[in-house]
Amino acid sequence: MGSQHLDFTANVTEALADRQLRANFKSALTGLMKKRVAVLPDAAERERMRDDAEAAKRKALAKLPELLERLERKCTENGIIVHWAETTAEANEIILGIMRSHDATKLVKGKSMVSEEMHLNHFLETHGIEALETDLGEFIIQLNHEPPSHIIVPAVHKNRQQVGRIFADNLQGIPYTDVVEELNAIARKTLREKFRTGHVGLSGVNFAVAETGTLVLVENEGNGRMCTTVPPVHVAVMGLEKVVESLSDLPPLLRLLTASATGQLVTTYVNCITSPRKDGERDGPKEIHLVILDNGRSKMLADAQLRRTLQCIRCGTCLNHCPVYIRIGGHAYGSVYPGPIGKILTPQIDGLADKGVLATASSLCNACEEVCPVRIPIPGIIRRMRTEAYDEKGDGVVKGHGAKKNLLETLVWKGWELTYRIPALNRFVVSMLGRFGDKLPNVGPLKAWTSVRTAPRFAPKSLHQLAKEEGIRHE
Amino acid sequence: MAHTFTYPRDVKTVYYFGTCLVDMSFPQAGMAGIHLLRRAGVEVVFPQEQSCCGQPAYNSGFLEEAKAVARAQIKAFSRADWPIVVPSGSCAGMMRHHYPEMFANDPEYFDVRKFSERVFELGDFLHNALHVRYEDKGKPVKVTWHSSCHAMREMGATAAAKALIGQLSNVELVEIEREYECCGFGGTFSIKQPEISAAMVADKIEDIRATGASAILSGDCGCLMNIGGAMEHKGVPVAPRHLAEFIWERING
Repeated sequence: MGSQHLDFTANVTEALADRQLRANFKSALTGLMKKRVAVLPDAAERERMRDDAEAAKRKALAKLPELLERLERKCTENGIIVHWAETTAEANEIILGIMRSHDATKLVKGKSMVSEEMHLNHFLETHGIEALETDLGEFIIQLNHEPPSHIIVPAVHKNRQQVGRIFADNLQGIPYTDVVEELNAIARKTLREKFRTGHVGLSGVNFAVAETGTLVLVENEGNGRMCTTVPPVHVAVMGLEKVVESLSDLPPLLRLLTASATGQLVTTYVNCITSPRKDGERDGPKEIHLVILDNGRSKMLADAQLRRTLQCIRCGTCLNHCPVYIRIGGHAYGSVYPGPIGKILTPQIDGLADKGVLATASSLCNACEEVCPVRIPIPGIIRRMRTEAYDEKGDGVVKGHGAKKNLLETLVWKGWELTYRIPALNRFVVSMLGRFGDKLPNVGPLKAWTSVRTAPRFAPKSLHQLAKEEGIRHE
Repeated sequence: MAHTFTYPRDVKTVYYFGTCLVDMSFPQAGMAGIHLLRRAGVEVVFPQEQSCCGQPAYNSGFLEEAKAVARAQIKAFSRADWPIVVPSGSCAGMMRHHYPEMFANDPEYFDVRKFSERVFELGDFLHNALHVRYEDKGKPVKVTWHSSCHAMREMGATAAAKALIGQLSNVELVEIEREYECCGFGGTFSIKQPEISAAMVADKIEDIRATGASAILSGDCGCLMNIGGAMEHKGVPVAPRHLAEFIWERING
């Protein structure tokens, strides 16, 4: 899907025309914003926590190779089998291999964005393996054959009536209902059967602790725990940035992850997985695999600015606060990671030629940066994506560097530079605009502007002129 | 972003940076800012070689062009180390925070930072450095306020603007729903993503309309051009006004 052509403009037009979608997003995300503020009421304390959380992630990234080695060593000591995958194709093959070695044909999945990045479900399907989503939101959209629309709340774009319709249409013998309790009961009953009959369970990883070889998984519904304990084999997949150094790094990260994501002080379950079932233990999988995926991440790591993308803990709060995401929803981005984080992560993973357009979908209002629990400078990295998209020279490192370079824009900005660098030229251009600006042909950028606004007006006398006439000192 | 600036004391002279948009389209707002500064007892110097802060190119991915224009501004304001006052939170944010970013790896970094630390947003400067007091001579009026994202999040100038409006005894300030949300201008964003921008400004107008205010005030002409242009297109009878121009009119009756 990474190489699929993204027609972002068409997606945007479609999303903006869907009134129900816009209403669903506005109400759901306004609610999440309010809940976040409610659990982080003390601004000074929140900022201190953000400092600590950012420091923990930056420390981990600064010595990532060393920490990954330690993680592998500790996990192996604990009896967890560690696999390395440079590409999503390799990661998929590893998981297929694990499934085949157990003659397994049914995978029950907890929530995992990395598995979305790998398009794992589709891959397994082509090899005759059924991958069943068990996170409630993922379950709903899988029934409806959709990708997630949000990192944390994948079915945020559906209201309960729509969910009732999806259940009635796709589950055998289920009548329509939009009563939340009944919908929950239907999901619970259906999913329990999947856990009971699944051969292998898959989960993501929120944090992997190098010091102890602990895989930390945060969740609310308990389905993640079902996936990691009921089937005899558990496969955990993670991007290589998920490692942190020690258990003491976790408190601010866990606190801010849940507060930022869902406005909770703590989630229902915080699972810490250290080893497979030991002799004498009554439950838990007999075998645990950890798949660590690179997929372009080590390239980000090598660049001081881009590296900060890897601080992300996938809380999704930048989506909740983004005026663009709120209006167009996740599907419009046509990518696994939507919203502000997606605008910097997706072009780096899929390349600027295919996905560089996403970086234009930001007014650089800085709302994302203001709320990011680990202080990722998202607007700055959006600018970096834009700069790399046009720059053929320089030390560009992002795939597709220079892909958007074109003569027209190059000339426009060169002209702009001359106009604002050379005072005499500036005086001339501004006075021409003052005289003839209202007669500009309504094409190109002006046409886009005037579709919903009156044309900008130009004053007959510039501030430069007025200041001079009033005798304002000018040296 | 740091919001707590060190304000100069006993200011005698300031530089004024008018911004390209004010220069071309809102010169009266620019002059009002100059008048307010002079009324507060400071001399205003307006270098004629000034033009644009460079933000349009910087935000569009044309870094070298932005740097070339930024260098020209730094030069134009280099004859003295007076504070540089800007009637735009967005341009002030560019010069205060993004100039040092742009020149982080250049030999002139230190000089650029010295320049940046002299940059202030107009309303913030009037309130926090000059401690102005205003007497309202206008008729009773109800207004609402829009902070540009950068005035709010980069320059922390929202409270100062509201405090200045609060000094005007006949002006009732009504807060707008979702005040924190961007109006959809974003410079070239409104050109590159016109549909999303249109949806954002349409929602902003609904929120403005709901306040029942007769004017929307802001310290940023970019937002005012966007919101004002969209309101005029729709026939919404709310006047877009720059804070400086509004205050100048109120105190002169």
